[in-house]
Amino acid sequence: MKALAARRRNPVVVTLLLLVALLGVGGVYAVATSTAPAEATASNDQTAIDEGKRLYLEGCSSCHGLNAEGTSNGPTLIGVGAASVHFQVATGRMPMAAPGAQAGAKPPVYNDADIAAMAAYIASLAPGPAIPTAEQLDYSNADVAEGGVLFRINCAQCHQAAGGGGALTQGKYAPSLMDATPQEIYEAMLTGPQNMPVFGDGTLTVEDKQAVIAYIMDLQEAPSPGGISLGRLGPVAEGLFLFAGVMVIFIGLAVWIGIRAR
Amino acid sequence: MSDITTRDNAETPDHGHGAASSADAADLARPLYTGPGGLPAADVPHRPRASDVDPRAARRVERQVSAMFLLAVIMVILFVAAYVGIDPYTLVYIPVLGEVGAQNVALGFTFGLGVFAIGAGAIQWAKKLMPDVEVVQERHSMQSDGEETDAAVDQFERGKEESGFGQYRLIRRTLIAALALFPIPIVVLLRDLWSPKNGGFGPSPATLLSETAWTEGMPIVTDGTYVKIRPEDIPVGGLVSALPEDINEIQEEEHNLNERGKSAILLVRMEPDEIRSQQGEGWDFQGIVAYSKICTHVGCPIALYEHRTHHLLCPCHQSTFDLADSGNVIFGPAARRMPQLPIGVDEEGFLVAKSPFQEPVGPSFWERG
Repeated sequence: MKALAARRRNPVVVTLLLLVALLGVGGVYAVATSTAPAEATASNDQTAIDEGKRLYLEGCSSCHGLNAEGTSNGPTLIGVGAASVHFQVATGRMPMAAPGAQAGAKPPVYNDADIAAMAAYIASLAPGPAIPTAEQLDYSNADVAEGGVLFRINCAQCHQAAGGGGALTQGKYAPSLMDATPQEIYEAMLTGPQNMPVFGDGTLTVEDKQAVIAYIMDLQEAPSPGGISLGRLGPVAEGLFLFAGVMVIFIGLAVWIGIRAR
Repeated sequence: MSDITTRDNAETPDHGHGAASSADAADLARPLYTGPGGLPAADVPHRPRASDVDPRAARRVERQVSAMFLLAVIMVILFVAAYVGIDPYTLVYIPVLGEVGAQNVALGFTFGLGVFAIGAGAIQWAKKLMPDVEVVQERHSMQSDGEETDAAVDQFERGKEESGFGQYRLIRRTLIAALALFPIPIVVLLRDLWSPKNGGFGPSPATLLSETAWTEGMPIVTDGTYVKIRPEDIPVGGLVSALPEDINEIQEEEHNLNERGKSAILLVRMEPDEIRSQQGEGWDFQGIVAYSKICTHVGCPIALYEHRTHHLLCPCHQSTFDLADSGNVIFGPAARRMPQLPIGVDEEGFLVAKSPFQEPVGPSFWERG
């Protein structure tokens, strides 16, 4: 105790105490503020639409136009449907951080209630794909093998056979599906976000979509028996990794063999 | 051959690489190393190693080398133990590698380390204990001397004389005829490229490359689920991988996937006013256009379609086609546009091909010009 007391005026101690105090205050503030707004739910349709319109005018209208008619900076949202709004906003793709080739996924800006309100507003403008129901998203009875066949025919060309994603033209890319939720996958197939084509219910039925979701979920859960998956990009990435890594070791060994013994 | 040193007199040490050198007194005085081959030592300064002069260092190296060989023995024993003792389905977490099969890692580690220890021990042995004196290896000149070449020419001449090749005119001519006709069977076998069909010969290779299973009125079905498609099934921005309706029967009949490979198409829908041009008047149906799925560069199947730009990208070599503009190439090594299939609807309202492809699908070939 005496030794501790003797060192209490040490500058290191002062700095440490200051850090602890700052972290404590910041932590309490973060906890206190994050719990409050998530409770609000859209009690009835018109309230939700009005609230959604307010949020839309505030956060979206600068690019998509005051009446969602679209501008040179963003496409029209009339008829895109609630599913599209949910996909784009819940994955953080919208609002865009900066104009660019593609809006990437990031932590969402709006909470679930806000997203529901905005989806209600956009859906009220013109009919469009609705947010899929729990029944549509239930893939528990889906055929994973059939889903694999459909995935390889319809999805693998861009998202890669193991769902790792891949490059497209001029900075655009197909994202990895390793973190996608069933709802996001369903909505993406239904609405065709950004440059992804639409896979309508006519040619890829609800059962087909459930099978595709079941396959992607299976991929997500599949262990990677070799350890590092290297983004599941396939043999080229694996070969390059081995070549680059093992070559260094081989060159080192060759140098050792060639060095004159002392 | 300039780096092969030849010497007239083995007692004169060479200063390497054929450079003219004078054998001075110091060189001659130096004791020549004679190894198992009795080779003379090269004239380079030699620095003895610690293990050459210090017997304790030599014994230390001996212990190192045998330790490595012993390590290999232990690793082999551990390998067998891991194979027998570790459950193949047990996962273990290893930092950086993540969750990996415990047995797999143990087998790889023990076997790899065992092989490595044998190699490393051998190298250490060679480097530290085996003699390290540079020696000159004698080689013959590659060129035969005059006597031998003269003898070879003589033998050839005698063979010509004795066989009577110049004398028996009939034998000579029939031999030339026989050898001239010899390649004919090889050429005749090329006829097999015409795939046999119903006992006779099927279409020529050029025809096979030029024609697909699409015919006038052939219904279009989805790939994978094989259902007929109505125009309203494809929303604007939609993409469907499709095949001719009878593809599965053809496949069964021909026992191969050739027709499937050639006939695969993509259906995409855009707003009709977004179509800037297409390969024939009215080949779309209400904004739905059908293009071959096979890249015209080297034949990769492609479906990387961006529905806002209407670009179709080939993942193999980045050829890019604009499906809103006749499927023309806008980037990459492809030399030809993507062939378009004219489509319409039948009386039941299903999408059908209005005619076969008007140009061959897939990569270029000779007859296509």
